[in-house]
Amino acid sequence: MPVLSASGLARTFSSKRGPVEAVRGIDLTVESGEILGFLGPNGAGKTTTLRMLTTLLAPTGGSATVAGCDLARDPVGVRRAAGYVAQSGGVDPNVSVREELFTQARLYRLAASEARARTEELAADLGLSELLDRKTATLSGGQRRRLDVAMGLTHRPQVLFLDEPTTGLDPGSRADLWELVRRIRAEHGTTVFLTTHYLDEADALADRLVIVDKGVVVAEGTPDALKRAHAGSPDASLQDAFLAITGRSPKLSAPFEQGGTPIAAPGDPSPVAL
Amino acid sequence: MSALLSDTALIFGRYARQTLRSRLQMLFGVLMPLLYLLFFGPLLTDLPLSSQGSSWQVLVPGLLLQLALFGASFCGFGIIVEKQYGVVERMRVTPVSRLALLLGRVLRDALLFVLQSALLVGAALVMGLRAPLPGILIGFAFVAVLTVALASLSYTLAMRVSTPQAFGPVINALTMPSMLLSGLMLPMSLGPRWLDVLSHFMPFRYLVDAVRAAFVGAYASPAVLYGVLVALAFAALSVIFGTRAFRRAAA
Repeated sequence: MPVLSASGLARTFSSKRGPVEAVRGIDLTVESGEILGFLGPNGAGKTTTLRMLTTLLAPTGGSATVAGCDLARDPVGVRRAAGYVAQSGGVDPNVSVREELFTQARLYRLAASEARARTEELAADLGLSELLDRKTATLSGGQRRRLDVAMGLTHRPQVLFLDEPTTGLDPGSRADLWELVRRIRAEHGTTVFLTTHYLDEADALADRLVIVDKGVVVAEGTPDALKRAHAGSPDASLQDAFLAITGRSPKLSAPFEQGGTPIAAPGDPSPVAL
Repeated sequence: MSALLSDTALIFGRYARQTLRSRLQMLFGVLMPLLYLLFFGPLLTDLPLSSQGSSWQVLVPGLLLQLALFGASFCGFGIIVEKQYGVVERMRVTPVSRLALLLGRVLRDALLFVLQSALLVGAALVMGLRAPLPGILIGFAFVAVLTVALASLSYTLAMRVSTPQAFGPVINALTMPSMLLSGLMLPMSLGPRWLDVLSHFMPFRYLVDAVRAAFVGAYASPAVLYGVLVALAFAALSVIFGTRAFRRAAA
């Protein structure tokens, strides 16, 4: 029984130059406890899909269910079952870690005493206990990201959506975050749906990949199966498979090779320094 | 219902603390009306304003609503910054009431501007204002309702734009004519007939007239009745628009 299924999920934006089909019909299912990598070049519709699946954006076509709740008919049910960590995170730099975690727990309708306990528990679990009384602006990139993930885990969601979770992180923090994602799944059986344009991340973390391009699913399977089918052998790189599928490489597929800082997406106000 | 109340209290608390963190900003809104009070008010004391009461009873109600008009219209700026941090979406993925996301914010705004109004009236009393206490309290109530209405619209617009640069000019273009056409500074009845007629199409005029009537003790006058009706209708519509903005996704 899949924990998430979408069929024909679509979103068309209207612009001055006419309608823009950001997502043209996504069909996918995610099994409970799976780590799914949602991979695609920039502008493929990854974030738009995620925003629809988390009720932030109403679809203009198709349907989806998350943890048995229909996106259109029971958005509150979807919100209770899903956690979402946006690319830009979502904390106020002038607010303390404790206040953000407590507020998030209250937004998920935990009673004040439960919310206090959950704050301590999450902080201990994600290595934030020493930082509880610091303003979020003073956290390092890796600490900030752990806080963002903690916010998404507040209500012990069945499905955790992570939008490009390691963009802007240094290699050490990146490895830590991968470990954290694996641990969340192992300890709580949480289904993880993560978007990325880092092929090494998809290769290392995901049980299964769904590759999107121009708003539709163009391939799916385990990393090995995709390499075999599209690049000829399981020893080929995912890069080769990706190129064969989409005809182009995702932006910054290996961000640290040239020693460069990954470019923050437009609208990301706080690119994390390396 | 209790979920709505506790959600609203939660959001209100968060933004009240945000305001308390920036004390200077708290007082900034009162600066413009205070300058009008000090440097414009004395010009009016001997002028025939063809209305009941002293010139202060004409000017101070206008300044109270000016404070709400300019203060509340610019409230949306804060949410543009918050949107960029991702705070708005992070709240919108939770089951929190969408109405509470708006109400918590606008009630903070209303409280802030009522406190600033009290400060302004205090200064006006020193300058020479004499008005009945119920009238002054009615004035504060109008400030609160007008703030709820305008701040809701301001957040609605701010949810649709992505930069402060796109937001500021629109607000300026709307607030200046509103101020001039509502007779905030001087009663419109002093002007030529065409201007007086035109100003009746500006909803704020009814609020200004109502607070001026309240300041001279005419609580049961048609002016107060029309003011209450216009203010409540305006606030109700604005809150509906504003809640929709939080329900639907922003650009």
